[in-house]
Amino acid sequence: MEFSEHIKTANVEDVVLRRPFYQPTKGTLCVTGHHLIFSNRGGDSARPFLLLLRNIDAIEKRPSVSSGTITLKCKDLCVLQLDIPGMEECLNIASSIESLSSLETVSEMYPFFYRPPFLSLQDQWGLSSTEQHYAQMKEIHDGWRVSQVNRDYSVSPSYPPAVIVPHSIDDETLVKAARFRQGGRFPVLCYYHRETGTVIMRSSQPLSGANRKRCREDELLLQAVIDGSELGYIIDTRSSQQAQQARMTGGGFESKSCYRGWKRLHRQLEKGKVLQESLIKLVEACGDQSHSVDRWLSKLENSKWLSHVQTALSTAGLVAECVERDGHSVLVHGSEGTDTSLLVSSLAQLILDPDSRTLAGFLGLLEREWVQAGHPFQQRCAHSAYSHVRLRHEAPVFVLLLDCVWQLARQFPLAMGFSEPLLLRLAKEVYASDYGTFLCNSDQERCVTGVKERTHCLFQSLLRANERQHYSNPLYERTELAIWPSIQPPSLQLWKGLFLQWTDDALHLVEAQKVIQNLVSQCHRPLNEKVENTDG
Amino acid sequence: SERKVENVRLIDTVTSRRASVGTLYLTATHTIFVENETEILTETWVLHSLVFSVEKQASTTTGCPLLVRCKNFQVLQFVIPQERDCHDVHVSLLHLSRPEHYEELYCFSYNANSDREDRRKAWDFINLKAEYSRMGLPNHLWKLTPANHHYKVSDTYPADLYVPKSATPPVIMGSSKFRSRGRFPTLSYYYKENHAAICRSSQPLSGFSARCLEDEQMLEAIVRSNPRSDFMYVVDTRPKLNAMANRAAGKGYENEDNYSNIKFHFVGIENIHVMRNSLQKMLEVSEAHFPSMSYFLEGLESSGWLKHIKAVVDAGVFITKAIAEEGISVLVHCSDGWDRTAQVCSVASVLLDPYYRTLKGLMVLIERDWVSFGHKFSHRNNHLNGDPKEVSPVIDQFLECVWQLSEQFPCAFEYNERFLITIHHHVYSCQYGNFIGNNQKERTELGLQEKTHSLWTYLWKNRTDYINPLYRPDHSQTQGVLRPLTAPYCFKFWGALYNRFDRGIHPRQSVMEYLMAIREETQQLEEQLASHEMKILNVEKQQKKSVNLETNMFDRSPAVWASPPSNSSVGLANTPGDYSGLGGFLKSPYQQKEPENSLLILPWPQELRKPTDPDLSTNGDDQESGIAGLSCLSPPNEESAKDPDSDETAYSAA
Repeated sequence: MEFSEHIKTANVEDVVLRRPFYQPTKGTLCVTGHHLIFSNRGGDSARPFLLLLRNIDAIEKRPSVSSGTITLKCKDLCVLQLDIPGMEECLNIASSIESLSSLETVSEMYPFFYRPPFLSLQDQWGLSSTEQHYAQMKEIHDGWRVSQVNRDYSVSPSYPPAVIVPHSIDDETLVKAARFRQGGRFPVLCYYHRETGTVIMRSSQPLSGANRKRCREDELLLQAVIDGSELGYIIDTRSSQQAQQARMTGGGFESKSCYRGWKRLHRQLEKGKVLQESLIKLVEACGDQSHSVDRWLSKLENSKWLSHVQTALSTAGLVAECVERDGHSVLVHGSEGTDTSLLVSSLAQLILDPDSRTLAGFLGLLEREWVQAGHPFQQRCAHSAYSHVRLRHEAPVFVLLLDCVWQLARQFPLAMGFSEPLLLRLAKEVYASDYGTFLCNSDQERCVTGVKERTHCLFQSLLRANERQHYSNPLYERTELAIWPSIQPPSLQLWKGLFLQWTDDALHLVEAQKVIQNLVSQCHRPLNEKVENTDG
Repeated sequence: SERKVENVRLIDTVTSRRASVGTLYLTATHTIFVENETEILTETWVLHSLVFSVEKQASTTTGCPLLVRCKNFQVLQFVIPQERDCHDVHVSLLHLSRPEHYEELYCFSYNANSDREDRRKAWDFINLKAEYSRMGLPNHLWKLTPANHHYKVSDTYPADLYVPKSATPPVIMGSSKFRSRGRFPTLSYYYKENHAAICRSSQPLSGFSARCLEDEQMLEAIVRSNPRSDFMYVVDTRPKLNAMANRAAGKGYENEDNYSNIKFHFVGIENIHVMRNSLQKMLEVSEAHFPSMSYFLEGLESSGWLKHIKAVVDAGVFITKAIAEEGISVLVHCSDGWDRTAQVCSVASVLLDPYYRTLKGLMVLIERDWVSFGHKFSHRNNHLNGDPKEVSPVIDQFLECVWQLSEQFPCAFEYNERFLITIHHHVYSCQYGNFIGNNQKERTELGLQEKTHSLWTYLWKNRTDYINPLYRPDHSQTQGVLRPLTAPYCFKFWGALYNRFDRGIHPRQSVMEYLMAIREETQQLEEQLASHEMKILNVEKQQKKSVNLETNMFDRSPAVWASPPSNSSVGLANTPGDYSGLGGFLKSPYQQKEPENSLLILPWPQELRKPTDPDLSTNGDDQESGIAGLSCLSPPNEESAKDPDSDETAYSAA
């Protein structure tokens, strides 16, 4: 298909662009297959303003006789306005944007066309594979192995080709256990805690159904994890009522009698539509210009966003506590095992594991626990908070993760190797990106569509020297200790950097970050080196 | 006379689970709790003047609980074995915390033996004459008037006041008779860039129709003292309804028809009673144990506290715009002109003038707009046993406004949050003489400068603790006028103050502390560098002579923040919170142990933790407080009782 079919008017002169932090400017607007390009004719800044069409969440047009106004509400929460001379041009531009921004064919998306000079398609796509990850963890080699049982994605379409499972469980058992788990997502290892020798695993719900079906192989698999003698915890991210109801539709939970030694706890985490609506309400509240504190706090409360943050951190804290304090292994799952389970398991790892708190470690965690583990990014992030389109599978689970990570970093400002700008960058990239990392819903889809051959990997790009500098936390001082977040309401704050990033308030905070950066890197560190050089 | 009760338990009010056993002492000035059987001496000191309320609760089998709430938001719950002892402690503490006379206050006995002359001199550190001359006064527009010498015009005003050059003694006298408590319009802040001025007064005694020619002339004189404008704003900080109600009592507000060249404006800040109740409601929310997010946000909203803070900042912004952008002078008043007026004038000053964003500047500002202009500290902050309806968190709100601004402009303030919290603490502590009494006249009569110490010199001596490491005198945020956003989302709950003793909710690591340590280390490094370079120079000079470099001279002690966690005197445990929501369900083998993995955060400076300055010492049991998350177990089947899976219960009970 040709993009030009969608472009009725490619160029319009004398368009006025209004956007946050800038004076309205007059220039030329150009629509291409993937971008809106606005260039300031003879203007001061040589660089044109570039907007990825994919970033546009909602478009509102107000045509009048001789001109028209288009308001663009973006997935990164920025709101722009274009004043376009000529009603016809206005309508043409609007309709082009509408159709081009909602193209759904993966191979037509911009990452397939983006060819930056600093990256090569020959590079390895992604940071690491299951095998490489396994190879680095020598201490688990006795008890755990890499299974290729899913090499052709036939056991679980949403799992990567290789997963880590108990040594004593063979592939045949895995295949059978997979049939007893929704989407074939049988329990796999995601984290091994060296001090206690216990693990965090994740899966989807068991398909016990109304008749309380059992699966010997699934039971064996979990038994192998706790070795029969110990205790293990299953953290179910649904309420016990929800888990009970899931049986009516073929799902279910692990009953005590079948899974000896496993104790089940329920923590209800919202997902899907509830979470999406929460984000919509929050963004609406943040954009509300009426100046009454009463309405603000009640809207903030009403969005429930911070409650979701609280529940997610608290559940992750519980998982980490089981592992680190109590010395017991944990299995996390909800229903599909592609959303809240990933949220909880990755937050628990950040709490426990200093390696996951470095810049590279954190990106590696995201790659393993979200990209490879099959979080359906394309479905979840098709639209953001402004879209008027009827919701289908959208849910900001990944944004919720980033918010929780921000809360952790706020409470432990020295413990993370990465900085707030990285989280903000990821929050933007997950919705609209030059890179292929967040395309598709699973590893299988990425293979089929050629994402790994024909697009670049965001994570690799972020680890290039100059990017690394920008996204590193200048205050970072590695700690080997667990970082236990406070989940008390006063400890959890609205993430201004994201939700209010287009206000002046955020601007002052960015300035402060720069001062901190200078303070540490320009004044302290070089001095330290100087002293060392002159010493002796 | 010292009272002593043994086997008292101090309950950790944050988790209400952990308790320590020890001995309770009541001295003339402090309540002291000394924990038994600890390797390090663990003491909790509470100054009697900081006690807000003492509540004896119903006896239980374990003893008689006594709840002590402090004005600095510390809450202590003691359980005293014998009801009789509890009764005695209760009565004594009530008596000790509510003195009848100023002379009983702590400042008169605190460090009383120090050199009289030194103490006297220390008071000169903050000098208001110097402050007015810093503003450029007196000049050809404003003059110092002797009208209130010996406090003969207004006994709540300072002796030295600045008025327009053209204001004659009869005009001042006449105007003062037409204003509540004689508080005639006088200068608070002069903006030398454009000659606009912030003036302050009390309400006029206008009733429904009364006029006063001298008062009208007084305002006219203020207009004329700003050569570039032909009118002024009169800002009444009260809600319009309140101001109108005052007219029935023969007071009220200026009639625009009677005063030529004024524009009248209400800003609607609520009165002291509304503020007192609002704080009370907010504290109930902040003290709740394990509240849900919704409970917290709803409670915060219904307390109205942030709305009131916003109202004060909004008023400050209005005045700042009038002065800096329009170049128009402003007269601010409320009823008596010592509460809302003080708030609004001082917030405007902070916004207008970078000087008030420095340590010394804030001291000067509080000294000028609050202390000298007769904010009734002893009434509002409950120093003596008095009318509870006079108590109100007025200066507290000002300090919070400054904090909210500093959160919005992190590089604009030379002082840090701790400075504001320390001032808040001492506004109530009565340890220093600065805030004793209700006006200058009272303070002079009490001989405070002869008999007590000044807080300002103490703060200045310890200023390194109060410096904001992000402050840059040359930063764009620091320069000139601050123009804050006042959208509702700019106002946050100030946990560091209102949950000051609930360490668990604070960030576990502090950026400020880290940067302060870095700054200190940078200084050390610079010194070392200089010393190394000196050495190298020496080496080069001595050339072939054998030089034995003493390496230990350069031994760089580890940075403060890098101290090992084993250093428990400064370490604060970081342990899991209550993630299970039911007070812990896990049977942890680690629960009785000291947290091995405590993560260090920097505590308050040692200076403040020493018993020599006991009022600021925090609960000594900080090192262990976090363990409470696991230490009290609810029945293990509590969770599974609700479980639909029937055989689960059987397992859990086993």
